Amino acid sequence: MTLLITVFAAVISTVLWYRRKNDDMRLGTLCFLFWGASLMWLVDAIFEYAELKEAYFTPALEDLINDSFLGLSVVALALVIWLVRLLISDPKGSVRSALTKQLSGQ
Amino acid sequence: MACFLVSAAEAVIVKSAEKVAEKKEVQSEGKSGHAAATKLPFSVKLRWLSRLLVGGAILLAFEHVWHGEVVPWFPFLTAMADPGDAAEMFHEMATVGVAMAVLVTVVWIGMCIVADKIVARASHGQEVEA
Repeated sequence: MTLLITVFAAVISTVLWYRRKNDDMRLGTLCFLFWGASLMWLVDAIFEYAELKEAYFTPALEDLINDSFLGLSVVALALVIWLVRLLISDPKGSVRSALTKQLSGQ
Repeated sequence: MACFLVSAAEAVIVKSAEKVAEKKEVQSEGKSGHAAATKLPFSVKLRWLSRLLVGGAILLAFEHVWHGEVVPWFPFLTAMADPGDAAEMFHEMATVGVAMAVLVTVVWIGMCIVADKIVARASHGQEVEA
């Protein structure tokens, strides 16, 4: 489930990156985060499948819920990393202008 | 258990290689006077690989924290406390961890080949239009 959620996040972020008009939102960061993790979890899934065989596709409900919760938490973490990177690099200068406005207001 | 460490180690090596390649490209640009616009610089391609590896390693590290396999105190990996668990961890790093790093690298090689073809097609199109 974690793999599935991450793959969906990777696909959505890649579509958004492809449709972007400029690089203001730094969507590439999100794509690399999600695709990197998806590829690694894919390997994890292959090894797990080799061990569990068909039981891999019928997980216990508790495991399924835990994995879904983990997947959503991973997406949240990736979004926070992306947002922090975006605000620090500030490609549109929004943070800089907001800070300058506060300075001139004092 | 600690499979993400293999990718993290590869990311460090790739990042160093990227810096070296970047320096060399700047030097060669300085000598020739202009950059080769028809080919993607190798440092850019290496940056893709390092970002894939770092991105994956960060999110996988979080998963390991989630499962209690990584802790914020020494020795940071719970498997290190027991020799049996440590051996199992090293085995997992050698199998799953290496496979992860290999798959990411293979996908990156594919990305580079496709990107080079797209750039060549675009520059060929520009030549035809001119």
